[in-house]
Amino acid sequence: MPDASVRKNVKSAGRVGRWLGRNWALLFLLLEVVVFSALGTRFLSLENLQNIFVACTVVLLLGMGETFVIITGGIDLSVGFVMGFGAVICAKFMVLLQAAGLPQGASIPLAALICLLIGLVPGLVNGTLVARLKVPPFLATFGMYGVAYGVSEIISKNTPISGLPSAAGVIGNEYLLYIVPRKMVSFLIRPQNITRPEMRSMLALIPIIVVIAFIFVGIFAFLLRRTRFGRHTYAIGGSIDSALRAGINVPSHLTRIYMISSFFASLSGVLYVLKYVTGRADAGSARMLDAVVAVVIGGASLYGGTGAVKGTIIGALIIATLETGMVNLSIPYHNRYIVIGGILVVAVLIDQFFPELVGRRE
Amino acid sequence: MEKAMLEVRSLTKRFGGLVAVDHVDMQVHPGEVVGLLGDNGAGKSTLIKMVSGVYRPDEGRIFFQGKEVKMGSPMDALELGIETLYQDLALAENLDAYSNIFLGREKTKPFLGFIQVLDHDTMRAESIKVLKRLEIEIPSLHNQIQNLSGGQRQAVAIGRSIYWNAKLLIMDEPTAALGVHEQRKVLDLVRLLRSQNIPVIVISHQLYDIFSVTDRLVIMRRGKKVAERITKDTTPEEVVGIITGSEEVERDRPPE
Repeated sequence: MPDASVRKNVKSAGRVGRWLGRNWALLFLLLEVVVFSALGTRFLSLENLQNIFVACTVVLLLGMGETFVIITGGIDLSVGFVMGFGAVICAKFMVLLQAAGLPQGASIPLAALICLLIGLVPGLVNGTLVARLKVPPFLATFGMYGVAYGVSEIISKNTPISGLPSAAGVIGNEYLLYIVPRKMVSFLIRPQNITRPEMRSMLALIPIIVVIAFIFVGIFAFLLRRTRFGRHTYAIGGSIDSALRAGINVPSHLTRIYMISSFFASLSGVLYVLKYVTGRADAGSARMLDAVVAVVIGGASLYGGTGAVKGTIIGALIIATLETGMVNLSIPYHNRYIVIGGILVVAVLIDQFFPELVGRRE
Repeated sequence: MEKAMLEVRSLTKRFGGLVAVDHVDMQVHPGEVVGLLGDNGAGKSTLIKMVSGVYRPDEGRIFFQGKEVKMGSPMDALELGIETLYQDLALAENLDAYSNIFLGREKTKPFLGFIQVLDHDTMRAESIKVLKRLEIEIPSLHNQIQNLSGGQRQAVAIGRSIYWNAKLLIMDEPTAALGVHEQRKVLDLVRLLRSQNIPVIVISHQLYDIFSVTDRLVIMRRGKKVAERITKDTTPEEVVGIITGSEEVERDRPPE
């Protein structure tokens, strides 16, 4: 019996082997930190560690949506360009609402909200294609990959959108907490009227953008772990047939899953606008690869049924650390794609050849 | 005689020119185990699928607990209390035992007053209860289904069916792909259900199993019900004779 032999393998793999199989990603992350700290300059500084978290937000958010999709046994290839679509829509509405005479305090959140709503549409289309019209996820979302990019280029007229409300960049570049030693502590507002040496010694803690990202990550991690919705997501990935026979409304569930994915993609688009104060169609073009890699490194199987938010967070940190570390060592940026692509293949090979090692619960 | 739990009258299903089930009458009474026999292509599975809401009959009527019922989907049958145990069990391999027992009908509790979250403790406790009622031991309810043996999986699947107060359980080849010891366990389960007054329809090719566990036999050939026997009044030889008929053509027909 196959299950019996799997159990035997687990036993023979031993405790150490199983632990390694389950935690290799975490160990890899630590290894990265050690190597870059040894080779780089000031890699372990507070500033640099915060930079790593900022760098990981996009991968993390795209990866969150991708986690849900991959657990159901699907894949969403459109997230990178849906992020660009979100960035363009968000920036465009900021410009339009400002032109309509709205104050910055209204136009910025309103544009973000509109973007998040419109951002559900690509997911609705993907989900409908996959769940109701039985198009393979790979193809449905590949189609959206092209459509989202083309539409974004049309809306932005092939140029980055400019003329945004000036306050847009505040949220994206400020910190939750500022500490000027022996002088003041300030929440959210960057201290003014301080001397140059004070400025230099000032600590800026916790980028707002990271806080926003982790709030959404937290909410959806809760959804996945603690609710019926999450349980059904795993069940569909385990066996669509049993989910159907258990009375789960699989088509509507899958549609919502793809909408979650495109929600996270457009949220990444909004954060891009807040950080760079512009919107461009290629804001997240190559990030789809990162998102899938983060989820797979995190222990999700592309065959569906397994995966967890915790893993995706580690995966996103691995990628961000790599990226930041390579910049720190002045290694040309494009090399990251080679390394990350390589990690993806290794992660999939581990999943394929040592399922008994990776065989984790949720 | 006690009122029939399930009665089908003149049930018929056609697929194009093929009459898969041809005017079959059948009754199942509370606390009775009925064996449904026949060669491949005799129409057993098609008959069962009409009772479990998968197929709609072309002709005939289905009565459940004395009332006529029309079922449009498997969910309709489940709501009536007709639970079907498929040969492939339909378990989510990646989830643990109690999650499977409650799949699609999870117990929840409020969290922070307004969010409904999974109530693992209740589901675990209830699962232990139902498995105890079935006299089954699963080493740990936290084990993923893929790490359980065939018999344990079967137990989880049966547990799921009866937890929801099944009024009728249909089992399609329940002992196929099981070891000898586990086969015996499953048959014990069937007897246990009977003692709890839950009627069971068993489809099986294993005549030994059928004879050891059923009260009555319904035998089909080429879509028709050709015989009905009280189990203790017949012999495997007679039954095999009825199943195959005088001609030996049945075996060559494609499976339904």
